[in-house]
Amino acid sequence: MEYIIIIISAIFINNIVLAQFLGICPFVGVSNKLSTAAGMGGAVLFVMTIATIVTWLIQTYLLEALGIQFLQTIVFILVIASLVQMVEIILKKVSPSLYSALGVFLPLITTNCAILGVAILTIQKNFNLLEGVTFAVGNALGFSLALVVFAGIREHLDIMEVPEGMRGVPIALVVAGILALAFMGFTGLV
Amino acid sequence: MNNLQNFTKGLIKENPVLVLLLGLCPTLGVTTSAINGLGMGLATTFVLVMSNLVVSLIKNLIPDKVRIPSFIVIIASFVTIVELLMQAYLPALFEQLGLFIPLIVVNCIVLGRAEAFASKNNTLSSLLDGLGMGLGFAFALTLLGAVRELLGSGALFSIKLIPGDLMLVFVLAPGAFIALGYLIALSRKLNK
Repeated sequence: MEYIIIIISAIFINNIVLAQFLGICPFVGVSNKLSTAAGMGGAVLFVMTIATIVTWLIQTYLLEALGIQFLQTIVFILVIASLVQMVEIILKKVSPSLYSALGVFLPLITTNCAILGVAILTIQKNFNLLEGVTFAVGNALGFSLALVVFAGIREHLDIMEVPEGMRGVPIALVVAGILALAFMGFTGLV
Repeated sequence: MNNLQNFTKGLIKENPVLVLLLGLCPTLGVTTSAINGLGMGLATTFVLVMSNLVVSLIKNLIPDKVRIPSFIVIIASFVTIVELLMQAYLPALFEQLGLFIPLIVVNCIVLGRAEAFASKNNTLSSLLDGLGMGLGFAFALTLLGAVRELLGSGALFSIKLIPGDLMLVFVLAPGAFIALGYLIALSRKLNK
């Protein structure tokens, strides 16, 4: 039950993009087409889960064991950056089909603040490993949901008559605002 | 390009938020009030100036292949310094900005300037570039924070100007997107 609450709250109530403002860059950048949005969502799901497991283990058995928690930011970003590289290399070797689907998105993920954000949040919320993984999967699904819904809307926006100054990013942000308003309806669900 | 231009281009013409659309996560996340926007902007400015300075000083020592990881370590070190300093001297602001302080590490502006400018230019122009970009970022965040605070709670820098309840939605998440959308449209109009 506890795990279901973590997932539901991560996807709908505290949606990582629309309520917590993490991962806005890819949200605005790669949401022009539905297919790229889905690819990015898959890549984030993959990396976010692995990164949360690895950073949780490092925090518990290395940083806390040695009492050097203040190095958290430096260590986490380095771990995530090298992890992304490693995932890229392994994927290329083991599953070329998955690599060709996710490949272009992987380098972008290092600077996706959602990954580092979720890794730090998992520590801040004192989750155990299993709760942390659930939290990461929930957030990744929430990210994918927001991205895919938004991409669907933007495909329609392309053929709309938008005032000149609002074309492109400004109108997309206003639409994201309305989408965030809709997601606020989930508040109090759990 | 002369030094004055290096400094001023970040403020308006190449404003990182309003024109280049970089660093949108903290822009949306912390701007519930003008003072939060200003605090975040200045913290980022410090990191930007220091990382530009260090990168431009040691750019010839860093092998080309490991330059991005090296930049990240430099940036993360300064972020940690800011984090510890704020925790010690500005605990209230630190609490408000929360997660977004460690996330300065992944702010595309900081790494972007290190890679695109500081690794190719001399120390003085890198310093000025960092300062200009940082202050441009701070300006955009303060402006967005002021708009949201004024429309949402009728106050400016925590001083109540309009009595009563206003459009609360602007302090909440949806208002951030909508206000930023209109601000970008406005800056496009003015920049033309």
